[in-house]
Amino acid sequence: MKRKKEQGRVIGTGERIFNGGMAVLGILISIVALYPIFYVLIASFSRPLYVENGSVMFTVKGFTLESYRQAAAKPGIWLAYANTIFYTVAGVAVNMAFTTTMAYALSKKKLVFRKFFTLLTIFTMWFNAGIIPTYLNFRDFGLLDTRTAIILGFAVNTYNLIIMKSFFEQVPYELEEAAFIDGADHFTIFFKIYLPLSKPALATVGLFYAVNRWNGYFWPMQLLNDETKVPLQVHLKKMIVDRVANAADAALVTPDSLSSPTTIIYAMIIIAIIPMLVVFPFVQKYFKTGLTVGGVKG
Amino acid sequence: MQKLGKPEGEKKGHTIKSGIKSMGKNYQLYLLLLPGLLWFLAFAYRPMAGLRIAFYDYNIFRGFDGSTFVGMKNFVDFLTGRDFLRVFKNTLMISFWQIVVCFPVPILLAICVTEMKNKAISKLTQTATLLPHFISVVVVCGMVVNFLSPSTGIINLILTKLGFEPVYFMVQPQYFRGIYTGMTLWQNAGFNALVFIAAIMGIDPQLYEAATVDGAGRFQKIRHITIPAIMPTVVTMFVLNVGKMVKVGYEAILLLYQPSTYATADVIATYSYRLGFENGNYGLATAVGMFEAVIALVLVTLSNWISRKLTDTALW
Repeated sequence: MKRKKEQGRVIGTGERIFNGGMAVLGILISIVALYPIFYVLIASFSRPLYVENGSVMFTVKGFTLESYRQAAAKPGIWLAYANTIFYTVAGVAVNMAFTTTMAYALSKKKLVFRKFFTLLTIFTMWFNAGIIPTYLNFRDFGLLDTRTAIILGFAVNTYNLIIMKSFFEQVPYELEEAAFIDGADHFTIFFKIYLPLSKPALATVGLFYAVNRWNGYFWPMQLLNDETKVPLQVHLKKMIVDRVANAADAALVTPDSLSSPTTIIYAMIIIAIIPMLVVFPFVQKYFKTGLTVGGVKG
Repeated sequence: MQKLGKPEGEKKGHTIKSGIKSMGKNYQLYLLLLPGLLWFLAFAYRPMAGLRIAFYDYNIFRGFDGSTFVGMKNFVDFLTGRDFLRVFKNTLMISFWQIVVCFPVPILLAICVTEMKNKAISKLTQTATLLPHFISVVVVCGMVVNFLSPSTGIINLILTKLGFEPVYFMVQPQYFRGIYTGMTLWQNAGFNALVFIAAIMGIDPQLYEAATVDGAGRFQKIRHITIPAIMPTVVTMFVLNVGKMVKVGYEAILLLYQPSTYATADVIATYSYRLGFENGNYGLATAVGMFEAVIALVLVTLSNWISRKLTDTALW
């Protein structure tokens, strides 16, 4: 006993240096990881002159909200924002409906051909038809330029399906058996036992889907032409990736300018990522659960 | 042996019968399966039937009836065409840097994070490195493009302050791979570290205690306990990454590249994309995409087999 206690207390010099070194390293890594976002944040609140002569590095210089005012006044940005909220809310609802029902069925040993159906889903993780056949498939269904394509076309993510299935497999069989004896059917067991018991799992998978929906870019860009239907990411692409502030813009910046194309772009980036920053702590909490359950095993 | 065989055969017949019975009794299970199953058939498997476009000189407006069957011509054209070597090499080079840089860093990060005795700093490091993973590819590319802008980007502002000439990074092919590698590292290192952190957390603490009693230092413990313990995970993830080699993140590349950087940035997927959507050559584009998908499938199967041989852990 005594010896053990002693060993716990005595920390050698080497050990202390090591711990100190790790702490410094941790802080350095964090700074490197966070700096790009931090820079966008301070630049979005600063006067363009200071941003574009490089004096904004660690603090806001010449505080102004003008870049946000300009960004918020850009035509189309709020419609795109509303579209994204719609695609996220409706999309996640559809995702959850398809994913939970299928995951429940696949988690049941009673399902004949269970292995075959599971393989059918997993196979799509390793082989998919590719961009062009997928696009033409949407075209065949007459879904080009429709909101349905975005919401229904991406109803199941195989990885999330497997996570959900693994969660359902952990629900004790006794609960279900007892319910069966009481005359319950699968619908009752699914809605009254599995769903209420799987709230953490539903939250995990729901958040995964929500993040994907919010950030989704490629397929909405490919499938939608109508400007009034495009989500925020597609709209942003034109504003922040295509329209890089160039030398001509820089020349227009005077000491009195309150905003410039560059600072407006930075303000737009912040507007676009704020919802993610808000939900991030919740997502992070559930992330490890999802990862350890769905796991490397897939 | 024969005596044993017979009852087993009977048992099988019995299972089939009871299987059908169970299907009737559990019909609701199949109703629950149905929506998802239909989705997979309509949106994942139906496009696979569309892969036969690869064997046609496909005309998008006339369909299969109005298009000529050309057999393997599209594949031959791609493999012998002047762009093949470029896109194939670029795909492999981008994957190569992913494996050399973006694969080991998360492992080191996981070891660092779990070695930090100060829990607050450890948590901060994990949160800070995970955060970029939740930012969309459009925003990340937007940040990269604007940071590297020759006139107003922060990187060039720093370069100018240090007395260098500003560099127009996005239009010069020699910088593309570095930019792409750095960007994906920033975005994914924290996320990819999670699986290794979970593996390290799963190590029996008694191993470390015993090593302390034996007088082992921290580096020795990392070398002789942590690393061997997470080796199966490392091997599995490595093999998996090699398996995904031909599948590079075309979404980000499409956002970042431009004609002047095609020499290093154009990969198989982006090439296929342009052939189809910009040139309207759907047959050839599908053949190029299919070439990539088949190689990916072969690599994944192969790497899964190797993983099973090496560590007993496999994906299926």
